[in-house]
Amino acid sequence: MFFRNAVLAALLASVSCGIIGTYIVSRRMVFISGGITHASFGGIGIGYFFGFSPIVGALFFGVLSALGIEYMSKKTEVREDSVIAILWSLGMATGIIFVFLTPGYSANLMSYLFGNILTVSQLNLRLLLVLSLLVIVVFLLFFKTILFVAFDENFARAIRLPVDAVNYLLITLVALTIVLNIRVAGIILVLSLLTIPQTIANLFTHNFKTMIFLSILTGMIGSFAGLLLSWFLDIPSGAAIIFFLVLIYLLARVVLQIRISLKIKRQINPHYEK
Amino acid sequence: MELQQVTAGYADEVVLRNINLTVHAQDFIGVIGPNGGGKTTLVNVILGIIKPMSGNIIFHPDSSDRRRRFIGYLPQVSHTDKKFPISVRDVALSGLATSQRFMNHYSAGDNERVQQVLAQMGIEQLAGKNVGELSGGQLQRVFLCRAIIAQPRLLILDEPNTFVDNKFENDLYLILRELNKEMAILMVSHDVGTITYYVKSIACVNKTLHYHDSNIISQEQLASYNCPIQIITHGDVPHTVLRTHQQ
Repeated sequence: MFFRNAVLAALLASVSCGIIGTYIVSRRMVFISGGITHASFGGIGIGYFFGFSPIVGALFFGVLSALGIEYMSKKTEVREDSVIAILWSLGMATGIIFVFLTPGYSANLMSYLFGNILTVSQLNLRLLLVLSLLVIVVFLLFFKTILFVAFDENFARAIRLPVDAVNYLLITLVALTIVLNIRVAGIILVLSLLTIPQTIANLFTHNFKTMIFLSILTGMIGSFAGLLLSWFLDIPSGAAIIFFLVLIYLLARVVLQIRISLKIKRQINPHYEK
Repeated sequence: MELQQVTAGYADEVVLRNINLTVHAQDFIGVIGPNGGGKTTLVNVILGIIKPMSGNIIFHPDSSDRRRRFIGYLPQVSHTDKKFPISVRDVALSGLATSQRFMNHYSAGDNERVQQVLAQMGIEQLAGKNVGELSGGQLQRVFLCRAIIAQPRLLILDEPNTFVDNKFENDLYLILRELNKEMAILMVSHDVGTITYYVKSIACVNKTLHYHDSNIISQEQLASYNCPIQIITHGDVPHTVLRTHQQ
């Protein structure tokens, strides 16, 4: 039962992070995503203190800060990175205050910081399933529009595409994806689920769609391997998954390097045989 | 298209004051002026990216062909991320997107149109490439494809000749001359020397707008407005020397 849930969580994490991560990496939104991740810790702390599900609190904080960053950076004069830094630390501060106010030692807290895929709750899992389906549907329906807006916002505005609507929708999906994957990799590490698979995919393709599929694939390999390691060694799943993802990245680099040097050799000497 | 007494700017700063400009079907207007004088603001206000603080922008519909888009737009090169994973084909296709068709239905006809317009610019062999693999001139051609694919009635170009090689610049003017038979063109440029040679009329923008109905500016016209211009050029670049304006 434990294990089945964990496998399901790994699968859904790979799908949601594969799609949303490609969007984040392509648009260079990694810092924004870091802000949303840490801001959501405020919700976790409040959930602990008042005794409701920390994930619900985190969802609330994550989405609110995401919309806040989008709004403040576009409609006001404040610099985007400053807004992010403020919300980032405000969320962390709120979380720390409420965690310390909560009586007793919260052993569970560790799993929010470093991830524990083996104890993903039923609620979290169901939400992750709904989110994954939602992300798939949104990208199936609006793929081109999302791509066009992401590539050149200025032009998209000039031809009257619903730029603001797309941006708000996508930043909300980014926040939901981050928060619901916190249990898989932890606040500190979740960002890597959204960036390492994409970096690996980017070694082989420069096509947005192919990047999504390759990211999902590498995400799955990494998270299943990590899940097994975390199960056998009893270590935080987030760390184990990232360990494997970086390993895949290094392997991919080596393979690519060999391919390039073979190609060069063949060009220098056309009769060169492998 | 008409701008009537348009005032525009950002936040609490007025950049353009009481602008009047009428663009007719076959116009080829060069927009010149100093940096910070409001050239880009003018473009943004026509495109609807910023709303005018006062005044009106009137678009006269073309009764003959309602399917044509009103405005095509070629932004400054520096605005886009060259590492973004998008193909040349998709960039050109994005010129066909509208707010009514934000769902994913692009037809075989649309793809044909993409091929057609890429061929028109002589870059059909680049269709499958990623934008990151292109040179500056090639990228500008792709953006030009995107701007004209929906057959706009007015083509707006924002500094189309920055960061590109001379070969592309020459080609560009030939292409624009062809396009001008079907659409009006408004071209913003810092390169005054070249622009006056190709355009039919000139709009000088510096807080206000002065319209000159020919590509040769007389001294009397110059006397009425205030925008110092300097040209440094060598070789066979066609040029028109404008006198410094009297304050």
